[in-house]
Amino acid sequence: MSERFDAIVVGAGPAGTAAALTMARGGLNVIVIERGEFPGAKNVFGGVLYRHHFEELIPEWWTRAPLERPIVEQNYWLLNGDGAVKIGHRSRRYLDGKPNNFTAMRAKFDRWFAQQAEEAGALIICETTATELLMEGDRVIGVRTDRDEGDVYAEAVIIADGANSLLTQQLRARPELSPGELSLVVKQTLALPREKIEDRFGLEKDEGATIEILGAPSQGMVGLGFLYTNKDSLSLGLGIMVDDLMATGARPYELLEAMKQHPALRKLLQGAELKEYAAHLIPEGGLRAMPKLAGPGWMICGDAAGMVNAVHREGTNLAAASGRMAGEAVVTMARSGDFTPEGFQAYARAVQASFIQRDLAKYQRLPAFLHEHKELLMGRMPEALNDCLYEWFNVDERPKTEHQRQIAQNIKGMAGGAWGLLRLASRGWRAINE
Amino acid sequence: MHIVVCVKQVPDSREIRIDTKTGTLIREGVPSIVNPYDLHGLEAALQLREQHGGRVTVITMGPPMAEKALKETISLGADDAVLVTDRKFGGADTLATSYVLAEAIRKAADTWGPVDLVIAGKQTLDGDTGQVGPGIACRLGLQQLTYVEKIVAVEGRRIRVERRLEDGLEVVETSLPALLTVLKEINTVRRASLPGMIAAARYKPIVWTVADFPDIDVTKIGLKGSPTVVSRSWVPEVRKVDTTYVDGAAELWEALWATDLPERLGWSAEEGA
Ligand SMILES: Cc1cc2nc3c(=O)[nH]c(=O)nc-3n(C[C@H](O)[C@H](O)[C@H](O)COP(=O)(O)OP(=O)(O)OC[C@H]3O[C@@H](n4cnc5c(N)ncnc54)[C@H](O)[C@@H]3O)c2cc1C
Ligand SMILES: Cc1cc2nc3c(=O)[nH]c(=O)nc-3n(C[C@H](O)[C@H](O)[C@H](O)COP(=O)(O)OP(=O)(O)OC[C@H]3O[C@@H](n4cnc5c(N)ncnc54)[C@H](O)[C@@H]3O)c2cc1C
Repeated sequence: MSERFDAIVVGAGPAGTAAALTMARGGLNVIVIERGEFPGAKNVFGGVLYRHHFEELIPEWWTRAPLERPIVEQNYWLLNGDGAVKIGHRSRRYLDGKPNNFTAMRAKFDRWFAQQAEEAGALIICETTATELLMEGDRVIGVRTDRDEGDVYAEAVIIADGANSLLTQQLRARPELSPGELSLVVKQTLALPREKIEDRFGLEKDEGATIEILGAPSQGMVGLGFLYTNKDSLSLGLGIMVDDLMATGARPYELLEAMKQHPALRKLLQGAELKEYAAHLIPEGGLRAMPKLAGPGWMICGDAAGMVNAVHREGTNLAAASGRMAGEAVVTMARSGDFTPEGFQAYARAVQASFIQRDLAKYQRLPAFLHEHKELLMGRMPEALNDCLYEWFNVDERPKTEHQRQIAQNIKGMAGGAWGLLRLASRGWRAINE
Repeated sequence: MHIVVCVKQVPDSREIRIDTKTGTLIREGVPSIVNPYDLHGLEAALQLREQHGGRVTVITMGPPMAEKALKETISLGADDAVLVTDRKFGGADTLATSYVLAEAIRKAADTWGPVDLVIAGKQTLDGDTGQVGPGIACRLGLQQLTYVEKIVAVEGRRIRVERRLEDGLEVVETSLPALLTVLKEINTVRRASLPGMIAAARYKPIVWTVADFPDIDVTKIGLKGSPTVVSRSWVPEVRKVDTTYVDGAAELWEALWATDLPERLGWSAEEGA
């Protein structure tokens, strides 16, 4: 009774759908198993979608997909208790011709994206959870689901089940993720009328802005907040490393509530009505936590493989690109009719040669660096920088030399003297360069 | 046995909101589901097919998006699912709805063989009238068994069921062909198997438009064939109830005595003490 497919994809997020679309277009018989009521139903991100890697799959996708706002301005804010150092960039170059990135809602986007795969011929089966990989020796030959007569078989299984990947664990493709390799993000969607959003953020009609928030809100833990503009809502969130949360017992939603009260944010959010509350994990281990990407009968893509570039807030693009590469590897194998272990490794090699592995390799020492210097980077540094700018702008009886001496002292003081500062700078440099 | 099940796609009432200004349902963004009673009707039909063989045909009248509801019935095991759809069918009240459905059931009989049993839900979540089932039975001259809680037996050309009434249970028997309207208590709806889900994902519902019914009386369908007039609809006011929270029996006693309840019950303070 149970039918044989060319490929099974587990998970209809950006990674799984990109794989399914690529394979369906290649003429393969593809089934996608998704546990949500529909693709994207429960999926959470910040979030910002980048045009480029979806464009490789669907030219001009952004003219048809449900998106929120193309982004003209991106900011970093470093907060201390009451102040904010702001740095950012605004330019219409991001919009000229083809916008570079957009805010979006996953419940809408993932659903639309999956429809494209469905139209190309992939079967998308929702409300169905993959519970286990079916093995024959060391080869994956199918997937067991939680439904009656729920086994399906295929030549290739693409694992794209997200950050908390059950199936990756079953393969023992890597040691179980440790709390130091995951962050927990809580996010609120806050409804606010369009005109108010545009007025408060200084935007033209339909344009968007983003703010990444560092410092006081994470209370000395390794973490990052964000505030993004949607059409008629704001996405506000705060992510903290799970090991830090465990050590301090801090409750993320309380930290988020406290962040909303910060003087720099309060007025931006005023009157916005809570529409949705969500929480999600991000795999932050980088290259060092990446599992083996392929083996006989299987490949792992997207978050399940830890493909997140936290520094640049990128995940969906790595997911879509890896899904495409996995799909291409399967199409190539199907053409030759030969699903050899070598054919599956072609996917791993494609990832290695791409921006995915190169970017993750570049930042591979960063998680450890952040962890080691978290009091400094998350606490003393934002504090000191706020003090410095205060000194710079504040006018009183003291001459400028005194103000500036104070600034120099603040900077040295935060890193424990000039040597400390140099060491920190050199370690920091190495943490973000291979 | 050839069993026809009537299903309607309805907005999920758990997520429904009402526009307090106009008194109408806000349908935008509300997910659509199969009317829950109708799934129980389908389950009853599938169980009968398992016991007696035959086929289960599902029919819905509705807009093209009702395809999704039909696919769900295929995932559960229906043999075929028919979407009766046409702009000209739109705006139907229960009179016009039951007319078109009766015609569709006749056509199903012509297509797949005589119909022995029609099953409908007790009522819908949205229209809520409970008139469509009985309306179909009248038009097709079928025996009519409403509020069915249990199908006791189908033997030869006879069916025996239990009907749940307000003041008790009625066991009735009649001859086939018949029409049942069913309650949720009749069964537990199964979860679709994986092959069922796959079949549904591939299935293209059969579509019948006005053109597929050459003999239909167009004055009896859609808005034209619907004499019902909704003169007004409104949101009932929420009744305000004063609530006081108390801690423990003694406080409760105090609080009760502070109300006008003792007086209304004719209690005196001495009795209370
Ligand atoms: C708060 C937050 C903010 C983020 N912000 C951004 C951002 O701004 N920009 C950006 O590019 N990235 C962002 N990311 C990262 C991005 O969301 C992920 O990298 C991306 O979603 C990964 O895609 P994926 O397809 O691998 O996994 P997912 O999107 O997680 O999809 C996995 C899918 O698999 C399904 N599934 C899981 N288990 C099973 C199972 N057993 N059986 C069947 N189905 C299953 C899930 O329901 C889901 O649909 C953010 C992440 C978070 C949490
Ligand atoms: C407030 C309100 C205003 C309305 N206004 C109008 C109006 O102005 N004009 C108008 O034309 N209509 C209007 N309707 C809709 C219409 O009257 C009914 O929705 C429709 O005729 C079906 O009746 P019902 O939903 O009460 O079904 P019920 O009689 O409660 O349904 C019983 C069973 O019949 C079957 N059934 C019912 N409908 C279908 C179907 N379409 N396809 C297959 N099986 C079905 C199902 O098995 C269902 O469980 C209105 C409804 C409401 C609630």
